[in-house]
Amino acid sequence: MKHSRHSLIELTMARLKEFWREKEIVFWVFCFPVLLSVALGLAFRGQSEVLIRVAVLDVEGAAELAKSLDEHESIDCFLLTEAESVVQLRNGDVVMLVVPGNPHSYRYDPTRTESSFARLLVDDALQRGAGRQDLLLGKDDYVEQVGSRYIDFLIPGLLGLNIMGSGMWGVGFAVVSMRAGKLLKRFLASPMRKSDFLLSFLLSRLVFLLPEVICILGAGYLIFGVEIQGSILSVLLVALVGCIAFSGLGLLCGTRIKTVEGAQGMLNLVMLPMWIFSGVFFSTKNFPEFMQPVLKFLPLTALNDAIRAIMLDGASLASTAGGLMIVVAWGVIPFFVALKIFRWN
Amino acid sequence: MDLGYNPMKLPVCSIRKEILLNQDDVVIRCRGLVKRYGDVTAVDGLDLEVLRGECFGLLGPNGAGKTTTTEILEGLLPADDGDVTVQGLRWGESDAELRQQLGIQLQETLLPAKLTVTEVLRLFRSFYHNGHAVQEILDTVELNEKKDAWVSKLSGGQKQRLAIGCALVSEPDILFLDEPTTGLDPQARRKVWEIVEKFKSGGKTVLLTTHYMEEAERLSDRVAIVDHGKVIALGSPRDLIGRLGGEDVVEFSVEKGVRLPDAGDLESLTGVQSVLIQDEMVRLSVAKVHLAVPALLEKLAETGAQLSMLTTHHATLEDVFVALTGRHLREA
Repeated sequence: MKHSRHSLIELTMARLKEFWREKEIVFWVFCFPVLLSVALGLAFRGQSEVLIRVAVLDVEGAAELAKSLDEHESIDCFLLTEAESVVQLRNGDVVMLVVPGNPHSYRYDPTRTESSFARLLVDDALQRGAGRQDLLLGKDDYVEQVGSRYIDFLIPGLLGLNIMGSGMWGVGFAVVSMRAGKLLKRFLASPMRKSDFLLSFLLSRLVFLLPEVICILGAGYLIFGVEIQGSILSVLLVALVGCIAFSGLGLLCGTRIKTVEGAQGMLNLVMLPMWIFSGVFFSTKNFPEFMQPVLKFLPLTALNDAIRAIMLDGASLASTAGGLMIVVAWGVIPFFVALKIFRWN
Repeated sequence: MDLGYNPMKLPVCSIRKEILLNQDDVVIRCRGLVKRYGDVTAVDGLDLEVLRGECFGLLGPNGAGKTTTTEILEGLLPADDGDVTVQGLRWGESDAELRQQLGIQLQETLLPAKLTVTEVLRLFRSFYHNGHAVQEILDTVELNEKKDAWVSKLSGGQKQRLAIGCALVSEPDILFLDEPTTGLDPQARRKVWEIVEKFKSGGKTVLLTTHYMEEAERLSDRVAIVDHGKVIALGSPRDLIGRLGGEDVVEFSVEKGVRLPDAGDLESLTGVQSVLIQDEMVRLSVAKVHLAVPALLEKLAETGAQLSMLTTHHATLEDVFVALTGRHLREA
């Protein structure tokens, strides 16, 4: 045999086989996000069913007060001693303590959203119980429409998170473990084209991107009925851009690290902040105003914003171009820096 | 350990022979090679010439600079000083061409654990313009039965044969082997040796690095003994051992508190060619062991010394190394 397949194809096939045969990685890439979405989707389904847990300090006349509060449809009320209340408030088992008296006092942590809400709710119930008449009548109109629930917010975030994770680990970690095992040096000792080697990582990532997207969006649709308002092709294109970007960033992270442990540390250092600050599980608007410009320029924030705009608001690909430019910049610049400083042995 | 004198009177190397060589036959040449790591000089002005069709062994203890030298010759490390040509080409000028012609096995390469033997060979084959079919290599390195097994399931010897297979897949002109049998059991080691001998029988060149003297003796046409980054002896194994003066080595030590016979007295014994006294141990290089041992016993009886140990063995490259440096290969 005097001919053989092109090395780019062989390298890509090798990457794909190694990935597929590593059952642990398959779990993290395909099963974990689905399980996470199921768990979170169940935890945050139907907020209206959740009862606010408050306590009344067990003094004279407290039992009657507690009983009247407990009758409220959204309040679950307990009688607690002083000592019990300290522990339960600290643990978050109850979110507020009512100390009966004249006036009643409300003991709670104002930085906890749930506690502040409990304060309003309890005060309202007590005022009404005391005979207050509302001057204005309001009617509740609960939002249960598909596209506005927590799970609708979550699924695009999980897709972004997964694209980041598989790109960074799939390239950054793989490169470092090859270096640690001196396989990179062995490749350097052969006439292998370095561009083929690097491209093979990108190609293998792209091959696995489609099943990843289908897995997460499919689970979202089948289990929770999460729909895509915009074009599915646009979602795929945005995912593609994200995949390329995080592959580049992953390569940069793995470009000089010598040990597998070092790679784990480095990748976590880069990715963990984005788990929190990039609007995966909750909106970035929860962070103070002065942080917003920084958060907006994180690659995962930009990617998540673009996916959400298309999936939830039905935005066109063109209207997400600004965010996509940020994502592209995060991929291209690290890629070329990585090429400059890459260490083969 | 200060020897004080060089009792074996070894010539350092025979340069004259190489000047007469046809220059076309020199496939690897390096002159004045120097490599430093910080304050440590790993290679210290090393010269060598490897001829076409020979197996050239670099023998020395760990840390002697063998691997550094090899990796400079393989174009994986830049030298701080000196000149290297391989097949008349230079690294930095003709890398792509050179890479196509060399087969390289490195120390401790972890091949992809989750790929099969065939897949690994096919991958390496794809890097080269020309070469063997994967099946031919499977036969050569005797891994046909394991061709569909993952690398992670192979034994140490099988992994090493696969690493050599990856080096052979391009039908290279020169094969570099760096400690190819370190950590292998004797049987696995012999299988590797057979592969190397088969390759060499096709008129190809091998540069072998090892700290096993049996390996160097069995495979090498010529051996350079390397210590502290320099070649301290060069020649065929037989030639180097011959320079010890005797075919056998007698080692003995005597009970403490008894005066040893003088080195001069020992050297004058029948059959004894040279004497090396090292701490408590005396090493005699002898030509006729059946005459030398009785003579030695007689001499010891004269001086009243009681033997505490006496062994004899055929002289090896190990003895050459000990004679030159006063140290053993394994202890560096």
